[in-house]
Parts: sequence; C-alpha cells; structure tokens
Amino acid sequence: MIREMTLGQYYKADSILHRLDPRVKLAGTVLFVISLFFPKNLLGVLVASIFLFTVVKLSKVPWKMMIRGIKPLLFVVLFSAIVNLFGMKGTVLIQFGRFHITVEGIWMALFLIFRLVYLVMGTSIMTFTTTPNQLTDGLEKALGFLNVIHIPVHEIAMMMSIALRFIPILTEELDKIMKAQMSRGAAFDEGNLLQKAKQIVPILVPLFVSAIRRASELALAMDARCYIGGSGRTKMHPLIYQKRDYLAYLTMLIYLAVMIFISFVLKIGAI
Amino acid sequence: MDFMKAINVIFRYKVFTSEEEEEQTVQALDDVSLTINKGDFIAILGHNGSGKSTLAKQLAGLLHPTEGCILIRGLDSGRPENNITIRKTAGIVFQNPDNQLIGNIVEEDIAFGPENLGVPKEEIWERVSNALAATGMTAYRFKSPRALSGGQKQKIAISGILAMEPECIILDEPTAMLDPKGRKEVLQAIHHLNKSKNITIILITHHMEEAEDADYIYVMKKGKIMAQGMPPQIWPQHDLIKDCGIGLPFDRTLVDELRDEHIEIPVGVNTEEDLLYYLVESNSNLMRMLGGYL
Repeated sequence: MIREMTLGQYYKADSILHRLDPRVKLAGTVLFVISLFFPKNLLGVLVASIFLFTVVKLSKVPWKMMIRGIKPLLFVVLFSAIVNLFGMKGTVLIQFGRFHITVEGIWMALFLIFRLVYLVMGTSIMTFTTTPNQLTDGLEKALGFLNVIHIPVHEIAMMMSIALRFIPILTEELDKIMKAQMSRGAAFDEGNLLQKAKQIVPILVPLFVSAIRRASELALAMDARCYIGGSGRTKMHPLIYQKRDYLAYLTMLIYLAVMIFISFVLKIGAI
Repeated sequence: MDFMKAINVIFRYKVFTSEEEEEQTVQALDDVSLTINKGDFIAILGHNGSGKSTLAKQLAGLLHPTEGCILIRGLDSGRPENNITIRKTAGIVFQNPDNQLIGNIVEEDIAFGPENLGVPKEEIWERVSNALAATGMTAYRFKSPRALSGGQKQKIAISGILAMEPECIILDEPTAMLDPKGRKEVLQAIHHLNKSKNITIILITHHMEEAEDADYIYVMKKGKIMAQGMPPQIWPQHDLIKDCGIGLPFDRTLVDELRDEHIEIPVGVNTEEDLLYYLVESNSNLMRMLGGYL
C-alpha cells in the first residue's frame, strides 16, 4: 500500500519542456501562479487557459495524468467554491430560507475554481517535466546568491536530494517495520485516538534508529568519496542557459505583460 | 617503497553503555602491522568483532590510528592534510549498497566522486563510461539504483569508487548482504579489476571461499593478526581458522573428517578438484571403503 505512494511525480518523455533549464521552469511556475491572481474578467481566464493548454500540449504529458493530479484536491476546491457561492452579498438570484445564491457569488466561485485548478496544473506541469534532482540543482544555482549572506545553499540542496533518494528506501522500511510489529500482535487500527497515537511509537522508534544508522553510514561513504562540501566541486551536467531557455523567459514575460494589460488596463466585463 | 604499510597500529575508542553509564575503552586494533604491495589481491579474514572493518577504514583514511602509523604511498594517514590524497588513492566499498549510493540515477552516483575532486566536465563523462564498462554495467547507466538487484547495486558502488581512479580498492564485506548470484558477480568483477587494471584489492570477508584466490591472506581475531601467508600456507591450519571463528568450506571439513577416519590425504590437496582427483586416483582400498557410504 505504502509503496504506491510516489513523490516527485516525474513523467518521462522527450519534450521541449523536459529539456528546459530547471531555473526557467521554476521562475515560470512562480510567474504563472502570480498571474492567476490578475484576471477579473473572462478574457484573462481565456489567455491563461490558452497559455496553460499550449504548455501541457508541448510537455507531452497525457491529460489523464494532469487530471489525476487534480483529483485529490477536488474536495477542497468544491468546498471553498460552495462557501463562496453562498457567502457573497449582492444581486440575489435564488433564495431558500436563510441561504441565498447571488450572481457575484457564482462569479466568485467560478474564479476560485479556475485559480485553484490552474494553480495545481501549473505546478504539476513543472514536477512532471523536471526530475527532483534537476529541481534541487536548479534551486542551488538560482539561489546561489544567498551564499553571500552565509546561507549554505549547496549543503541545503545536497540534503534535499539525499532526502529524496532515501524517501522510497525509508517507506519500504516503514512497511517492513509495520508488518514486523503486526506479526507480533500490534493492531494499528484499533482503539481510540490516544491508543492509536501510542501505537505509532513502536513504529517510529525503530524507523528513527535505522534512519540515523543509515545516515551515519552514508556520511562515511561520502567522506570516502572525498566529499568536502560545495567549494571546488565540478558538475557532470552543469546548468548552462541555452537559446531555448532565453526564448522561454521571453515567452513568459510576454504572457505576463498580456495578462497585466488585460486585467489592469482593459476594463471589459469586469466584476 | 611499499605501497601500503601499517606499523604497530593500535586503535582505541570510547563507548558509553546505557546500563553502566560509564565510559569504556574498546581496543579494536592491537598492534597490527602489515605490508601490501601494488597490484596484490589481499584477503583479510575474520569473525565479527575481529577488527577487520576497523582496519579497512584505517587503510582508507577514514579512521586514524591511536598509536603507530599507517603509510600509504609514504603519506602518513594521521595527518589531516593527507586525508583527501589517501582517500583518492584507496577507495572503500561498504557492506550495504543502499547506504552508499548518493545519486538518484546510476550515472549521477558514479559522477559524485569525480565531481568532489573537481574533475572537468568532459573528463567526468569519460570516467563514468570507463567505470561502468569495467564492471560491465554500461547498460544501466540511466537507471535508478532502486531498479537494480543487490549485486548490481554493489557493482555500481564499485564503479563509483573506480571513477575516482584509485590505485587500491578496499571492500568491506561487499557480499554480506547479497544472494549467491550477486556474490559471484561482485567477486568476478573485483578479480577482473585486479587482473586487467592492476588495481590493488583488499577484500575483507568472513567467508573462506572468497579468500581462496587471494595472493596473500591475513587472519584476524580480537584486533590481532593471528596468521598471515599465501593461501597454501594458511589453508592447512584448520584449527587456527576454526579458532578465529571462520567457518571451513565443505571440502575442507570433508578432508578433516576423512583424516579422522584414518584415511590418508596429502597436505597438498587443497581444492575440491584436487580432492576428487586424489580420491579417484588413489588406491582401490579407499574406493571400497567409500563404497559403504555411497
């Protein structure tokens, strides 16, 4: 059961998006998420949709995968949409008892759905097309300037990528420990909340012991391979901007400019 | 100059036991001296707690002697400034492959060593290809280590060390967690490296079979070297080997028991084939005696 859990849902394919520099994708995602808060009219939604759908098409990630990413959030999205639907004051459309649905409420709910769904799709397109390691590499390079104020960027990135490598190993171990404790009579799904919380202890303690032991062995193996931190290190695949990366930045800026223009300069169909 | 030399090495460390709340000093190595020549295949045999893993870490420059000294290419391992050079010269592979692979992709993991050494990009690529080819793992270059078997992971770990272009590889019980197939693959790979690339191999093990083809053997017990010599000198000393907690292979046990039954087996008979050949070629009397068992 636990083994099916995946983190960093990378989808292997050969597309222009997969080949882009992770820094571009990081910046692009942040800008896209910000842009979702601009539109106050349908034209803005349309532009964002065209942009997102083109990107998904270019990424070669199947729509089925994209939709699967939204599913777990469906409840949250619908819940907040319904709250908005009933919570807005304005022109009353339907009234029953103390509850009323307003025109403004409907608009608000629709915009909320649009923002949340696009936010999830926008960020998952990044995780679909970027391996966790490329992502940490990208973060390391993009945040490199923080070294100036003595933030150990390389070390943090290294920790992130090691953590990612050990997540599947430790989940497997968790599975094994749970089964071992169950075979000794542990019942994890019985009793009240307090009893359930207590039953986690015999899982967590061996897991922690094992994790610490692994960490100490890994540290020794890293020492043996002459790891001395970030200084003087070279990279097998150094991040270097290509022509396509600059083009992607340009596209992103144009998109952002269009969104700003539609939302703040043109005032059509605003609510 | 000798390639690797340990002179009267003593290593102690302190442990806290939760019951006694008191510091205890453990002596892991007790007056260990050895000399290893370039290109040798050395086996260090010992039971759990014999100090063989501690010795391996000492030779790899990860631990430093409390007393005595270790010289690798004439460099004293006790001096911190020699650490990197020594670790580059003598790489070490550990028992659990999962706890020594750093990368999420095989290629990335093998590049980790050269990246740390500041090797230029093009040369890293070359080294990664060569290291993979040397262990026969080229086909797995872009795979995730998760997708590999234990033996394959261990060969990737060896490749990772190989990419640093060491002169010596120390293997600390590399086959302890593997199935028989993985064990065979790993042993073949290290023998191949020893022969084709003249890389010094120091194999730490508690399996006598694995030490069979070594050039020179050290047998350890409780931090001391109990015996050393070439395999033909070590193998007949069955009592000593058993005393050190090392299990004898089946054919050796058989020879012992045949001798106990007063069947004469010459001292030179050491391998399974030798034994079989001798038994068949020897007198018909023996065959008749064996007939009762068959």
